Amino acid sequence: MTITVNGRKVECRQGESVNRLLKRMRYNFPLVIVKVNGTIVRREDHIRTKVEDGDIVEVIHLTSGG
Amino acid sequence: MDDPGVTEKLSRCSVGIAGAGGLGSNAAMALARSGVGRLVIVDFDRVEESNLNRQYFFLDQVGEFKVEALMENIRRATRDCFVEIINKKLEKGSMHEPFTDVDVVVEALDDARTKADFIEDVMVNLPGKPLVAASGVAGVGGSERITVERFGDLRIVEDHQALSSDEDVLLSPKVGLFAHHQANLVLEILLGDGK
Repeated sequence: MTITVNGRKVECRQGESVNRLLKRMRYNFPLVIVKVNGTIVRREDHIRTKVEDGDIVEVIHLTSGG
Repeated sequence: MDDPGVTEKLSRCSVGIAGAGGLGSNAAMALARSGVGRLVIVDFDRVEESNLNRQYFFLDQVGEFKVEALMENIRRATRDCFVEIINKKLEKGSMHEPFTDVDVVVEALDDARTKADFIEDVMVNLPGKPLVAASGVAGVGGSERITVERFGDLRIVEDHQALSSDEDVLLSPKVGLFAHHQANLVLEILLGDGK
């Protein structure tokens, strides 16, 4: 199945979790905000939340400083 | 040009600011000077001398609580801004609570994990609330890399290439650019299209 991650088409296997997707795409867990189809997925829910075909995933990376 | 419509509109607006450090102190001053009617500022820290290279405080304020020092500085600049200060550390799960009734929220925290916790709390618990965050404020130069990414109600002022503040310096010019970028976005949201 195919999902979209930050505007890019990404091949993905059925039932892949958000957590696994982030690791596979080398996003620097846990300093990210993840939205799936516009809804935020809390970090504690990354493992149990599965992506579905056609999902639009947004991964927002955060860097320290303020 | 002094636009009475803008002044009147901003005077009826409120903005919440999480953090009164480099981002928060500078953004708060910019918003207060612009005429925003009410600010809700939350921080738990005291002013340290090492903060003065980028934060809107002064030598004689070292040791004071940041929220108190910032309120005093705003009062020295304008009489038109009602400042509400909350002197406490935001705790994951309830970080959104001081900001339920403001029009726009500014994320002005320091470390990435706290930023992520705060953004999650606000987006989950205050859906529809405009939130302006910042990421990548450390370093010198690279001003042209600073962009705004928008994800629904969340806008992030960011420099993708910046290192973490653990690995690079935090100095007034870039921190100030980010803080004013955030404040400018807030005004854009408050005033709506066309301003």
